[in-house]
Amino acid sequence: MALQEQALPLGGVAPDRTGKYRSDHLLVAEMIAPGSKVLDVGCGDGELLQLLESRGIDGRGIELSREGVNRCVARGLAVVQGDADTDLVNYPDDAFDYVILSQTLQATRQPRLVLENLLRIGRRAIVSFPNFGFWKMRLQLLVGGHMPRTENLPATWYDTPNIHFCTIKDFVQLCDEINVRMERAVALDLYGRPLRLSMPWWFWNMFGEQGVFLLSRGKAGK
Amino acid sequence: MTSVHAIPSPSIHREDRAHEADHPTSAVAKFGIEQPLKLDCGVDLAPFQIAYQTYGELNADRSNAILVCHALTGDQHVSNVHPVTGKPGWWETMVGPGRPLDTDLYFIICSNVIGGCMGSTGPASSNPATGKQWGLDFPVITIPDMVRAQTMLIDRLGIETLFCVVGGSMGGMQVLQWTAAYPARVFSALPVACSTRHSAQNIAFHELGRQAVMADPDWRGGRYFDEGSHPHRGLGVARMAAHITYLSDAALHRKFGRRMQDRDLPTFSFDADFQVESYLRYQGSSFVERFDANSYLYLTRAMDYFDIAGDHNGVLAHAFRGIKTRFCVVSFTSDWLFPTSESRALVHALNASSARVSFAEIETDRGHDAFLLDVPEFFDIARAFLQSAGKARGLGGTGN
Repeated sequence: MALQEQALPLGGVAPDRTGKYRSDHLLVAEMIAPGSKVLDVGCGDGELLQLLESRGIDGRGIELSREGVNRCVARGLAVVQGDADTDLVNYPDDAFDYVILSQTLQATRQPRLVLENLLRIGRRAIVSFPNFGFWKMRLQLLVGGHMPRTENLPATWYDTPNIHFCTIKDFVQLCDEINVRMERAVALDLYGRPLRLSMPWWFWNMFGEQGVFLLSRGKAGK
Repeated sequence: MTSVHAIPSPSIHREDRAHEADHPTSAVAKFGIEQPLKLDCGVDLAPFQIAYQTYGELNADRSNAILVCHALTGDQHVSNVHPVTGKPGWWETMVGPGRPLDTDLYFIICSNVIGGCMGSTGPASSNPATGKQWGLDFPVITIPDMVRAQTMLIDRLGIETLFCVVGGSMGGMQVLQWTAAYPARVFSALPVACSTRHSAQNIAFHELGRQAVMADPDWRGGRYFDEGSHPHRGLGVARMAAHITYLSDAALHRKFGRRMQDRDLPTFSFDADFQVESYLRYQGSSFVERFDANSYLYLTRAMDYFDIAGDHNGVLAHAFRGIKTRFCVVSFTSDWLFPTSESRALVHALNASSARVSFAEIETDRGHDAFLLDVPEFFDIARAFLQSAGKARGLGGTGN
């Protein structure tokens, strides 16, 4: 299936005038209808959850690091300590309207299984990840001959938690393979600004520093 | 040869303690024969009484009440000087003005559990039928019985829904029983260092403690009151064994190591050469001054029987189906009596019920006892949880 047929890029991202929230978080928040029930997997210190709660969304979180969890709970957020790889199976089907996996997919041991679980427990999933096809990455590997490191991904190859990097193109292919429907897709540049909608997918895969996808279950039996 | 006095006789007269069991230095809610407490064992307990303390003010719409549930050897004196020992309340760091359970914002209630010995009806209370202490004639009680009695107290106080139920260890079990049996009456729940069921290892430790009590000839088949004795040695040993389970290897090592007590060389006797021995003996002897031996048997038994999943066809999640209560589950890394894995099982069941749950594991080497100690990270979490729940409950002045 051609990439362009699968996804409708999302427009109208509200700029963050206050500078209080990260632009990719604002982008995710825009995708979620108020009053929804949301699970944020890998919620870090709860910044996105707090933004969602401020918009009347019933947010829950899972976070691997104990420090992250305790900071979230100390902010009054409903967050539990857990691992995306092992703990998602404990949630029932259709427990949430949306399940968010923000900048975490590449750190899971079984990204495919995680993705399938996201769309089992949530009717929709929002997944964002760093695009390994970003031109800076490609250039570092091609010219520098070393594993890429960027402003947003500064870890060296031997201490990075990110064990399953992919490109936007790879991700789209996986969604197709496991029958996941892509409702919306956005690529963000290095500064978290959405790339122009009219650009073709290869351009996104080259100049998008990260991809943000709104996913739902594909038609059964496909 | 040094003489050995492992556990000295209690210095407080047993008459004082017995007096506290029937006529406590607390508010008392009395329930007559027309209002029996229906126990799980099939007995209707009547008349009976509940001794309780309150702190702070109940607001006009009665929405700011927090019930604190005490642990095995705790009592209702959460945040005031203890009438028997003269020591500060057992959770003064947690309950008080400006503390996480802020008495300027919330109305705090803590009652002595049924089966206890500080004024709620238990084996140390007088049996109205005989005029003597109940002793082993007292019916065996359970955690659900304790909570059922608390619901009657809350009714008596005119409170429909508790803003929060809080407790650690056996208190945490009561919190979970409240949420499983009376979910609509609990707006939020803070179970700490506890479990939905007592493990085999914990039952084993309790059995050790009970056998120590019963092996003491002064126990007299539980009729020590009548015979003017008290099994202080057996109860002291039970407390010493239990106290080890409340700590951790690391905490004991940090606190005592292999250091000697007031001496440089071993005495080659069974005197308390090591500081850790001396400490344990002190724990044992101070405990018997304030606690009733039979009460210890009954309360440990109640914990042993506790198994929420067992009451719901073995499926824990069924106990919390559709629950609206907001949960904050807390465990401590070095707690091996109620390890984090037990809390995690609870959290999984709550997730499966789509409950709103927070779960924090606090890093500390102080073992199970950490929930009673000054652990700032725990206090921050408790405070924030109550603030956000207060916001959802529409309580004013919660700082948000």
